[in-house]
Amino acid sequence: MEAPTALPPVKRRNAELVMTLFAIAITLFAMIEAGLTRNGEMPPSLFLYGMLFGGLAVLAHFFIRFFAPWSDPLLLPLATLLNGLGIAMLWRLYEATGDTSGGSAMNQLILTAASMAVFAGIVFFLKEPRTLQRYPYLMAIGAVFLLLLPLIPGLGQTINGARQWISLGFTSLQPSEFAKIALVIFLSGYMVTKRDVLALASRQIKVGRFKVLDLPRMRDTAPMAVMWGFCIIVLVILMNDLGTSLLLFGTFLAMIYVATQRSSWIIIGLAAFFGACAALYPFVPHFRVRMVTWLDAFRPDVYCTDQYLNDPEAFCQTAGNSQQLVQGLFAMAEGGMTGAGMGGGKPAYVPEVQNDFIFSAFGEELGLTGVMVMLMALALLVERGMRIALASKELFIKMFASGISFLLAFQTFVVIGGVTRVIPMTGATIPFVAKGGSALLSSWVMLALLMRMSNNARKPAPQAIQDEGATQVISR
Amino acid sequence: MSDLTLMLIKITFLGVLWLFVIMAVGVIRTDLLGPVKSKSGRSKRSAEPRRAPAPKAPRGRRNEPRALVVTKGPLTGTTLNLSSQPIVIGRAKDATLVINDDYASGRHARIFSDNGRWVVEDLGSTNGTYLGQQRLTRPQPITVGQPIRIGKTVLELRK
Repeated sequence: MEAPTALPPVKRRNAELVMTLFAIAITLFAMIEAGLTRNGEMPPSLFLYGMLFGGLAVLAHFFIRFFAPWSDPLLLPLATLLNGLGIAMLWRLYEATGDTSGGSAMNQLILTAASMAVFAGIVFFLKEPRTLQRYPYLMAIGAVFLLLLPLIPGLGQTINGARQWISLGFTSLQPSEFAKIALVIFLSGYMVTKRDVLALASRQIKVGRFKVLDLPRMRDTAPMAVMWGFCIIVLVILMNDLGTSLLLFGTFLAMIYVATQRSSWIIIGLAAFFGACAALYPFVPHFRVRMVTWLDAFRPDVYCTDQYLNDPEAFCQTAGNSQQLVQGLFAMAEGGMTGAGMGGGKPAYVPEVQNDFIFSAFGEELGLTGVMVMLMALALLVERGMRIALASKELFIKMFASGISFLLAFQTFVVIGGVTRVIPMTGATIPFVAKGGSALLSSWVMLALLMRMSNNARKPAPQAIQDEGATQVISR
Repeated sequence: MSDLTLMLIKITFLGVLWLFVIMAVGVIRTDLLGPVKSKSGRSKRSAEPRRAPAPKAPRGRRNEPRALVVTKGPLTGTTLNLSSQPIVIGRAKDATLVINDDYASGRHARIFSDNGRWVVEDLGSTNGTYLGQQRLTRPQPITVGQPIRIGKTVLELRK
């Protein structure tokens, strides 16, 4: 039964416009602050950035106003804020210092434009996301193919010790960013058909009179076994891509729990994953390096101080010394509560600060207060995704929306957990914020899917032509 | 730039960032509690699409019912907004108001609008629909506040 006291459907497009303009203003404010603090003058290219980035975001808003008018009003402003903060930080790191060899805000802006074009294309052409339900196994094959692509010799590239890139000559791509979306589509379709058997068939384990655990039947654990094997063998052992592995397995567990509401899946899954990690520790050297740089980050030979520079036993020659992690921690400690102000810190001490560690740059310059805003924005984005899952009627859409939300949430956790040394350092990126075309594009693709699903979920049901209640209304 | 100015800019920027979060939460608030204090503005706008398909219905009478409220039974407190569509009450899954009552039939009764008057009709139920103390034998017009009893459930129209 539909909730009879449901609120009247509202579009709230004007609220979206106001919030989007606010997000653009924040981006420009951040650039002004960085320019004033660093160089003592307003950024000379402020107007250009304002026009380009602001124009793009407002264009996206009007696109939504016409083509997805019932969608959630907060999705676009939150994405704009995160993307804008990322651009402002890159501008501060490169353009403001006059050194654009490592990357540039303008480059990121161009990538944003391309991502928004893809976003618009998906919102426009994918009118019914449920059509994706038709090809679950094709999606699974696609996801596996994309994940394995970097292993092909000649095509794959190893950057910073992780083999997760493919080179296309003019640019390099990270196919795992797209594989995860394909995987969520597959899992949604699969769970819809196999939900009951995964949820109900079970064997109970009892201790005395008390029920301890509902074990699934052996044959029903096959999908989990495949997923586990893939995450451990391919991603961790062959590709040294712990981040993607954690992300995919976490999303898988979350989705199977959403579909079946059985905690035994989570318990078995986590036990299998951590058991495998513990078993790998003595045998896989690059995995061991990762663990040591996490647990013993402050040991001089792991950090590689000058004294150990020529010691073959120390971590100086490997890509996995803990300098980045430790410098990032120092930077965030330096930031404290309110930070040094945009442009006031020294984020360049952290190697590769533009990728995962852009979070430590924010921590240094905006402090805990500013970083919490970023986390709130990401949390609100995830909350809206869950809300879309709740509001949708179809099981597939429910699974799909919650899967994407979990993906965003786990991605944030994996990155920020790694930077703050809660979990081992991995190679994922904060959605919308970090530099990199693949990550940005996949974030906007996920946003487009959420946007379309929320539009379909919030749209009021069409009215019957006849008022007799006998006419069935088929929505399209 | 003096340090004080930069300090002020820094604090302002953080304040603005949090203002964004607070505004975003404000937008979500409407999701949970409905639009605030804008009875004239928003409710008019959202009522428009519903009003459009039935332009013939004479509007503007003072005593016009707006909602169907359950006053007794397991669903007490449930409110259904009235539109031009008929409301089917019963145990069937596709009924507009599904009541889980052993004394109710699958499609028990129907409440519909006949040119602005609201009429209740028994759809051949086993245990009958009562308007006040009387069992319905034919469709009867109802007014605001008249109790309609179906099994253990009592409903009435409200303004």
